[in-house]
Amino acid sequence: MIKIKVENLVKVFGNQPEAAMKLLAQGFTKEQILEKTKQAIGIGGVSFDVHEGEILVIMGLSGSGKSTLIRCLNRLIEPTSGKIYIDELEVTAMTLKELRELRQKKLGMVFQRFALFPHKTVQQNVEYGLEIQDVEPGLRAQKAVSSLELVGLKGWESNYPSQLSGGMQQRVGLARALAIDPDILLMDEAFSALDPLIKREMQDELLALQNRVKKTIVFITHDLDEAIKIGDRIVLMKDGLVVQQGTPEDILTNPATEYVEKFVENVDISKVLTAQRVMRNVGTVAYLKDGPRTVLRKMQDAGISSIFVVNNDYMIQGIVMAEDAAAAIERGEKSVSEIIRRDTPQVVPGTPISELYTMMSNGSYPLAVVDDDSKLLGVIIKGSIIAALAGRSES
Amino acid sequence: MLLFIPKLPLDKGIEAIIDFLTTNISFITKAISRVTEGGIEAFISFLLYFPPWLIIILIALVAFLITRSRGIGIFSLIGLLLIWNLGLWTATVTTISLVLFATFITIMLGIPLGIVAALYEGFYKVIMPILDFMQTMPAFVYLIPAIPFFGLGPVSAAFATVIFAMPPSIRLTALGIRQVPVELIEAADAFGSTRMQKLFKVQLPLATQTMMAGVNQTIMLSLSMVVIAAMIGAGGLGGEVWKAIQRLKTGMGFEAGLGVVIIAIIFDRITQKAAGRKNT
Repeated sequence: MIKIKVENLVKVFGNQPEAAMKLLAQGFTKEQILEKTKQAIGIGGVSFDVHEGEILVIMGLSGSGKSTLIRCLNRLIEPTSGKIYIDELEVTAMTLKELRELRQKKLGMVFQRFALFPHKTVQQNVEYGLEIQDVEPGLRAQKAVSSLELVGLKGWESNYPSQLSGGMQQRVGLARALAIDPDILLMDEAFSALDPLIKREMQDELLALQNRVKKTIVFITHDLDEAIKIGDRIVLMKDGLVVQQGTPEDILTNPATEYVEKFVENVDISKVLTAQRVMRNVGTVAYLKDGPRTVLRKMQDAGISSIFVVNNDYMIQGIVMAEDAAAAIERGEKSVSEIIRRDTPQVVPGTPISELYTMMSNGSYPLAVVDDDSKLLGVIIKGSIIAALAGRSES
Repeated sequence: MLLFIPKLPLDKGIEAIIDFLTTNISFITKAISRVTEGGIEAFISFLLYFPPWLIIILIALVAFLITRSRGIGIFSLIGLLLIWNLGLWTATVTTISLVLFATFITIMLGIPLGIVAALYEGFYKVIMPILDFMQTMPAFVYLIPAIPFFGLGPVSAAFATVIFAMPPSIRLTALGIRQVPVELIEAADAFGSTRMQKLFKVQLPLATQTMMAGVNQTIMLSLSMVVIAAMIGAGGLGGEVWKAIQRLKTGMGFEAGLGVVIIAIIFDRITQKAAGRKNT
C-alpha cells in the first residue's frame, strides 16, 4: 500500500519561481537556470512513492536537494509546485490547521543535529509533541517513559540533553518522534553527526526497532553504506533530480547512469548481496528413514560429498558426509541417525555475503539456507559466492 | 551652494507638533500624570512607613536569596546601612521607587515590542533605526517635551527615563528570540506547534538569558537617567546631587553619588545573577 506519494515536486529558491519553472520545463540544467534567472533549483521535478512499513532512503551528496525534499514532505519548506499525498490526502492543499494536525498526529521527525530543547529535561523533550496536543500530563508522562524505554534510555528522564552523549541525545530525538506514535518517521541525516561505531550501533537498533514498531520511514543520508544497510528501497538524487530508484541490490547491480556507477563502485558488494542471491537449489536430500547405503547412493548420483538430512516437513536435521556413510556401511549400521552431524551451520536468506565468509572458512560443510521454521531453502558452497561476486564485475 | 539655503525650520516644526499635541492631548497625559504620581508617592510612603532597618534587612535578604552569594547579601546590608547613616534614606527610597517604576513600564512596553520585532522582519527593520535614534539623542532633550505633557515632577522624569532606557530591552528581547537556533524552531514546527506554543514553549524560554541582560541594562540606564531627571524635580538621590552642584558642595555631592553607586551595584548583581542562572 502506498503511504506517501510525491508527484513532480519542484522547489525553487528565489523571488521569481515562475521564470525558473519555465526554463526547467524546457530542460535547462540547474546551473543554467541559476545563471539566467538567479533562481536556485532545490528540487527539479521529483516523483516517488513510499510504501507502508518500508524504510525508504533518500540518498545524495550535499546540494542534491535531499534535505529540501524531506522538509517538503511536512511542508517545513513550502514546495513551489507538485503534489504530495499522505494516506491519499493532499498535503500540498492542506490549510495550516490541517497541516498542524497532520504534523501532530502522523509525522515524527528526527534531526541531524538532534534539535533537542536545551531548557527541557529528557522527559520534557520527549513529551513535547504530546504537550502541544494538550494531552493530559499523566498520560503524557506514561507515553514518554515507554518511548524512552523503547530506545533504551530508561532512567535518564530527569537529565538535561547537555548531560548526554551524542548517541544518547539522538535516542532522545528518536523517542521524541516515537512518543506521538506517528505513522511516518522522517529522519534527516539522523545518524550523520555520530561517530562511526555509535552510528553502526544506532543503525542496528533502528532496524531492530523497526521490526517491532513497523513505521513508514523516510531516511535521508549521504552515506551509501548506510543507505544500503537500512534501506528497503533507495532513491538516489543528484542536482535536485532522481537519478535512480530501486532496491539496494538493483542500484548496485544495474546502475542506471554513469553517475550511479561511479557512486557505487566503491561499495563493498559483499555487504549487499545476500545469501538468497547466491544460494543454489538443494537438489537431492536424504530423509531420516534412509539407510547409509541409500544415502551414499544419492550422493554418488548427484556427484556430491555431503548431503543434508531433512524430516518429512523438509526441516533440516543435519548433514551426512560421504566418508561417514561408507564407514557406517562397513560397520553394518541400518540407520543414518548415528552419523548425522547436527552442528551444520544455518543462515537465513537475508544474511549478507560478508558474514558468510567467516562461517564458510570455519568448516568444510556447505551452508544451509533455511527459513524461520528451519525449512531448507537452498545451499551455499564456496564456489557460488565467488561466482556471484565475479558475475557482477562482468555486467 | 549650501550657503544660499536658509536654515531649515526644523525647530519650528518640532515645536508646532509638540504644541499641537500639548493642546489636544495634554489633558489626558496630565490626568495620567496625576494618577501615576499618586501611585509613586503612595509606594514611597509605604516604604517609608516601615523603619529603615527592616527594609534594609529585607533588601539584603532578597539580594542573598536571588544571587545565592553571601558577599552580595553582606554588601547590600552594609551599603544600605551606610546610606541610612548618611541621612540619605528618604532620597534613596524615592530613587529606588522611581527606577522600579520606570523599569516596570519599560519592560511592559519593551518586551512585547521586542517580541514583535523578532517575529516580523518588516517591523524589525523599521524599529531598529528608531531605537538607535532614541539611544543616541542626548538624554536631556527628552526632559523638555516631558514637562508640557506631564508637568514638573517624577512622572515626567519617569517618561523621559522610559524613552531613554527602552531600547536595550527591545533590542535584546528581539536578539534573544532571533538567536534561538533554527533547528529548534524547525523541531517545534515539525511537531505541529502553533505560533503561540512555539513562542512560549521554545523561543521565550531560550531567550530569557539575553532578555535578562536587557533588563539589567534598562535598570542601569534608568539609574543614570534618574539623576539627570532631578533637573525637572524628580527628587531622590539625583535631587541631592543636583543640589550639591548648585551649591558647589563637593562632599555632599560625593555622598549622594556614593548612594547611587551602592544602589546600582545591588540592582546590577541581582539582575545579572537572575540572568545567568537560567539554562543549564
